[in-house]
Amino acid sequence: MAKPARFDFKKNIARALKDRQLRKNLRSAMDGLRVKRQDVFDDARELEELRGYGNAVKERALSRLPRLLEQLEQKCTQNGIQVHWAETTDEANHIVLEILQRHKATRLVKGKSMVSEEMHLNQFLARHGIEALETDLGEFIIQLDGETPSHIIVPAVHKNKDQIARTFHAKIPGAPYTEDVEALNRIARATLRKKFQAGHAGLSGVNFAVAETGTLCLVENEGNGRMCTTVPPVHIAVMGIEKVVEKLEEIPPLLRLLTGSATGQRITTYFNMITSPRKPGEKDGPLEVHLILLDNGRSRIYADPQLRQTLYCIRCGTCLNHCPVYTRLGGHAYGFLYPGPIGKILMPQLKGLSAAGDLAMASTLCNACEEVCPVRIPIPTLIRRVRNESYDASGSAVIPGHGYRRNLMEIMAWRAWALANSHPVINRLIFKLAGRIGHLLPAIGPLKAWTQVRSRPQFAPKSLHQLAREKGVPNG
Amino acid sequence: MADITRDRILKRLHKAAAQAPDISPVACLPTAAYDRTHRLERLITLMSAMRTQIETANSRDWVDRLQAILKNRNLKRLLYSPETAMGRELQDAWPAESQELPALCSWKGQAEDFKDELFQIDAAITTTMGAIAETGAIVLWPDEKEPRLMSLVPPVHIAVLAADRVYNTFCEIIQAEKWSDHMPTNALLISGPSKTADIEMTLAFGVHGPRELIVLIIDET
Repeated sequence: MAKPARFDFKKNIARALKDRQLRKNLRSAMDGLRVKRQDVFDDARELEELRGYGNAVKERALSRLPRLLEQLEQKCTQNGIQVHWAETTDEANHIVLEILQRHKATRLVKGKSMVSEEMHLNQFLARHGIEALETDLGEFIIQLDGETPSHIIVPAVHKNKDQIARTFHAKIPGAPYTEDVEALNRIARATLRKKFQAGHAGLSGVNFAVAETGTLCLVENEGNGRMCTTVPPVHIAVMGIEKVVEKLEEIPPLLRLLTGSATGQRITTYFNMITSPRKPGEKDGPLEVHLILLDNGRSRIYADPQLRQTLYCIRCGTCLNHCPVYTRLGGHAYGFLYPGPIGKILMPQLKGLSAAGDLAMASTLCNACEEVCPVRIPIPTLIRRVRNESYDASGSAVIPGHGYRRNLMEIMAWRAWALANSHPVINRLIFKLAGRIGHLLPAIGPLKAWTQVRSRPQFAPKSLHQLAREKGVPNG
Repeated sequence: MADITRDRILKRLHKAAAQAPDISPVACLPTAAYDRTHRLERLITLMSAMRTQIETANSRDWVDRLQAILKNRNLKRLLYSPETAMGRELQDAWPAESQELPALCSWKGQAEDFKDELFQIDAAITTTMGAIAETGAIVLWPDEKEPRLMSLVPPVHIAVLAADRVYNTFCEIIQAEKWSDHMPTNALLISGPSKTADIEMTLAFGVHGPRELIVLIIDET
């Protein structure tokens, strides 16, 4: 993942747009995902009811977040799940390390978890001599290539089968070169089954945690999540603190929204609900289950009533699939873990505006993301909020790094604009001038960038005001 | 150290939560209701679409049906639980030796001791605690008699379902069976064999879990 200092968004965008293979891979995948979503939500009225419900459940759950977290902790502890709290990703990493070292575990098998990506857990553990192996097929593929996910749900969406065939052949000992998708899957299955069997510990994310029962819910199709949470003697689950809901009966509609939005499925192959470690008399399942609750800036986002809506996100990725910008760039151009519309509002809040504020500029505010969001996050409104705070140096702004874009040029330009539009005499003068010599403006600075791919704006010889006056339209 | 972190996070959250009004509880959405025939039909249609093999039988002929399904499939061993009523029935009817059918075998000891053997077994048969018509899924509550890995590790999973245990919706089974009062160690919804579309969105089956899911519905009507 790009470090903020080296992050050059414009360069990334230019590179992605020129990559024909990437554009082709993305196009077919994104079109496919949108159609599948539409097919599974074929009743518009029912979908709106569901989205309303999803929004209300998250709003209610977050309004009671601290109480629900306390309840979750209490229930989990009663059930025998050990609960840990981490304020930063570094703390979370050390908690994982300490658990693994206590068990002398050097081989960790991982189910898909965006929070563990947020923690850069794999690199951290590698530095301590622990192999962390991604077992979700998409994650496995990109780990072999040393890459980060380019999509929240389909991490290897930027690759086609030829590229994957080359990776498998080069990186997996004994793997023949094949572009047959079934054969590639068989290679992954054979390789990873041995790893599940030999893993010392398993790690997973959490899609929903239920406070009233202390249950951790995992959604998946492959079965690797079940392997990671059932075969090894230790299971560590990592989750962001916003993932808790109050009641078990709230889960079915949320699950329907998640799978329908993410992959266009009515339900995934597996919905895995874990409430305790192996009980006396039971013959399998981990002997220890740990739950790590990660804050990493979320409690700060939580403090602002408008920004709090960012935390409704259930990580379905459908805003990516519907975004005219993401679908042409893919995730890597964004340079941060969460790409697309949700990334544009989440990353600047997590990493600060001076590091990630640029992300919010890559939006046409077309509203597609808000229209499809299963929990109705007003993403465009929040993008505008992030943009506004980028220029707001005052004490009322709350996102770290606010005001980083404020500069004299723009302040002066807007002052001049305000002046020209509030004094009739100046206004007339400016427009007369623009009509006469506007075409002589040199193409430098912003105008140069603008006119590179667009035609130059034409000033009319007469302003609308003037035309109206000539036609005898009464003024005022 | 750990407690300080916890308290600091919670203190921040409590402070912020206190500034906003409590949002009232959300009313449950109305859920679908089908009659018995439609429930079964919907379950079969949706699960078949996920490439689940669905077979029906009654309580007298189900072992015969099962044998017909498994005959000449070149499966060597079938993992079952001798501790369930279904398992005992199976055991009594199964031939001691057969060229065409897999031999019955049962789980031995704790997972740590049995794991290596388990990964070599071709098929497993388990009971189910019910099914959900709306989304098309079977429900499993694995326990000490039928451990969790039985429905995951062997490449073929056979699940036996009583037709009367098919509920309309996930929400209905949670409420009717009062799940929130007694959640088991692990509860599972399964809609088909393991699958992935991570390579070029091409659907492929049997990536980590079972390649085949066979649901045998026991229907007395």
